[in-house]
Amino acid sequence: MISLAREIRDTLVEFVRTFGAFILFFVQLLAHTPSTLFKRFGLVVGQVHNTGTLSLVIILVCGLFVGAVLGLQGYSNLARFNAEDTVGTFAAFALIKELGPVITALLFAGRAGTALASEIGLMKATDQLSAMEMMAVNPIRRVVVPRFLGACISMPLLTAVFSAIGLFGAHLVGVSLLGVDVGAFWQQMQQAISMKDVEEGIVKSIVFGGAASLIAVWEGYNCFPTAEGVGRATTRTVVITAIVVLILDFMITARYL
Amino acid sequence: MRQTRAVELGTGLFVLLGVFALFFLTTQTTGGDDFNADEVYTVEARFQNVGSLKRRAPVSMAGVTIGRVTNVRFDPLTLEAVVTFVIDAEYDQIPDDSDASILTAGLLGSQYVGLQPGGSDLYLADGSEILFTQSAIVLENLIGKFLVGNSSDGDSD
Repeated sequence: MISLAREIRDTLVEFVRTFGAFILFFVQLLAHTPSTLFKRFGLVVGQVHNTGTLSLVIILVCGLFVGAVLGLQGYSNLARFNAEDTVGTFAAFALIKELGPVITALLFAGRAGTALASEIGLMKATDQLSAMEMMAVNPIRRVVVPRFLGACISMPLLTAVFSAIGLFGAHLVGVSLLGVDVGAFWQQMQQAISMKDVEEGIVKSIVFGGAASLIAVWEGYNCFPTAEGVGRATTRTVVITAIVVLILDFMITARYL
Repeated sequence: MRQTRAVELGTGLFVLLGVFALFFLTTQTTGGDDFNADEVYTVEARFQNVGSLKRRAPVSMAGVTIGRVTNVRFDPLTLEAVVTFVIDAEYDQIPDDSDASILTAGLLGSQYVGLQPGGSDLYLADGSEILFTQSAIVLENLIGKFLVGNSSDGDSD
């Protein structure tokens, strides 16, 4: 009984300690952000390439097919009400407000987040981070901050690419394949969608990008420095990002109603 | 050297593509009835029935959106609906005996306020009230009338 109580207490204390370490890590990250942005911008650009350019293929292909599916589903369901002209509106609302930011964040966690976490984790496991400290190089400043910033920059751009290519996919299926009038497709969309909707998508992509990047670098930097630990950190990155992104999505959507 | 060149080229292309996509989303998918004037004036109108008119519904004249509904409230004394809307200050020469009616865009579209010009020499200004109004046509009443076939008014008086 006493050992159980002690275990619960230890777990609680450990949880609070991890949370505190996470906050301190975030503060450190923010503190080093301005100097990295102005003095070592080359490092950030390299990470934009790593997380953004290299994720383009998966984003383009997935976006195209998500849009195409929206076109098909929207058409077949709206045709029951003779409202197939609004398939553009339907696809644009779904892509810009929800599917674009959320699916991009999930794909991003799978493609870029895992890469960041395992890269940093492996650096830690092979004592590269300790070696940097020995040489008076701050590993957070040299390794973590550029990756975090690069990912933060990539994510909103990837989301915009996803939504745009998704609309193209919906256009391809709706207009070219199923014969919805091209004028009705775009004009109804433009009438229904306001700047506020696009803004909601952009805010979501920025928030999700920050969350996904932060979780990835934290898991990598904080992993247990063994092969197993790196593997676990990579898995946790995807799981935690998915949970956090979907919860944040609910909160932002509620805020924008 | 070749490696960094390829990286730079790829990164540049990616960022340009992203910015282009953002630009596309903000300019090509939005628009239509976006009404944002810097200077507006407020006008009121009383209706017996506003149907499902909502805030932010467009106010149009000759088919062009010139304003937006800012408030719809119920007046407990006269038992009428009071619709407040703003009109772009650019259009300050609308006769004050113009009449306002609540119309529907398409058969099942959203409702908006349509203004038909009158012939007065005085113009609508901030705080003025439109006296001639026509209520929304409620589809159910129309169908009811058609089915029952009597000519008595269901929704007015």
